[in-house]
Amino acid sequence: MRKEKPMMRHKINRREVLKVGSAALVGAALPAAAQAQFQSFAPGQMEAAVRKVLGEATIRKGKVTLDLPPLVENGNVVPMSVSVDSPMTKDNFVKAIHVFNEKNPQPNVISVQLGARAGKAEISTRIRLATTQKLIAIAEMSDGSCWSDTQEVVVTLAACLEDLP
Amino acid sequence: MSALINVPKSAKRGQVIEIKTLISHVMESGFRHGTNGKDIPRDIITSFSCKYNGEEIFATQLFPAIAANPFLTFHTVATESGTLAFHWTGDNGFEVIEEAKIVVE
Repeated sequence: MRKEKPMMRHKINRREVLKVGSAALVGAALPAAAQAQFQSFAPGQMEAAVRKVLGEATIRKGKVTLDLPPLVENGNVVPMSVSVDSPMTKDNFVKAIHVFNEKNPQPNVISVQLGARAGKAEISTRIRLATTQKLIAIAEMSDGSCWSDTQEVVVTLAACLEDLP
Repeated sequence: MSALINVPKSAKRGQVIEIKTLISHVMESGFRHGTNGKDIPRDIITSFSCKYNGEEIFATQLFPAIAANPFLTFHTVATESGTLAFHWTGDNGFEVIEEAKIVVE
């Protein structure tokens, strides 16, 4: 018995080592190439981009509605609209709307300058998304306060990174 | 023309109108590679603005994350009859100016 014990342990260890090894090989071979592109983008780039545009302003949740489809088949054309709850009067209007993404090669999506003359703080456009990610829309009010809304989008076909056929 | 603009022909004074614009442009992001492995240089529209009788009512900065053939909708208050001027500028000297008339009663 005493002699078998180390043998057993040895066998199990070897099997485990092989299992782990092969799993690592498969895991490394398949998604690594695909994932490498996204990992190279600095984490927290969205936060950095937001601070670059808005400085140290406090960004509160609310007032803004970021409308995006929750599931996107084609990341090349994603309809997006942003509306802000504001009376749009001379004393109280939306000065600007900024949209940022988390995982595209570049964090900015669009920046818009409005004024009281807009009458309604609502814009829509079509954007590109490189992968499943989070987006944030931030509205800068005339009194200097900032309001935001975030939205998760699942993307099945990525944009931006595909090569030409 | 390369741009399509949708502005109501007439509006009541003080009414909020919706303006839609669409312009044909590849919006090449600069992040793609050709078959030869070389980077395809960026070629996008970087800014767009709209002036109502000379006064700027809407301005925007576009980034590579905007889809090809940029489409934008926005709003303004119809204040007086006149001209809306639309101005797109971009990489490689891209520039398009369009106008639309509106009658306000």
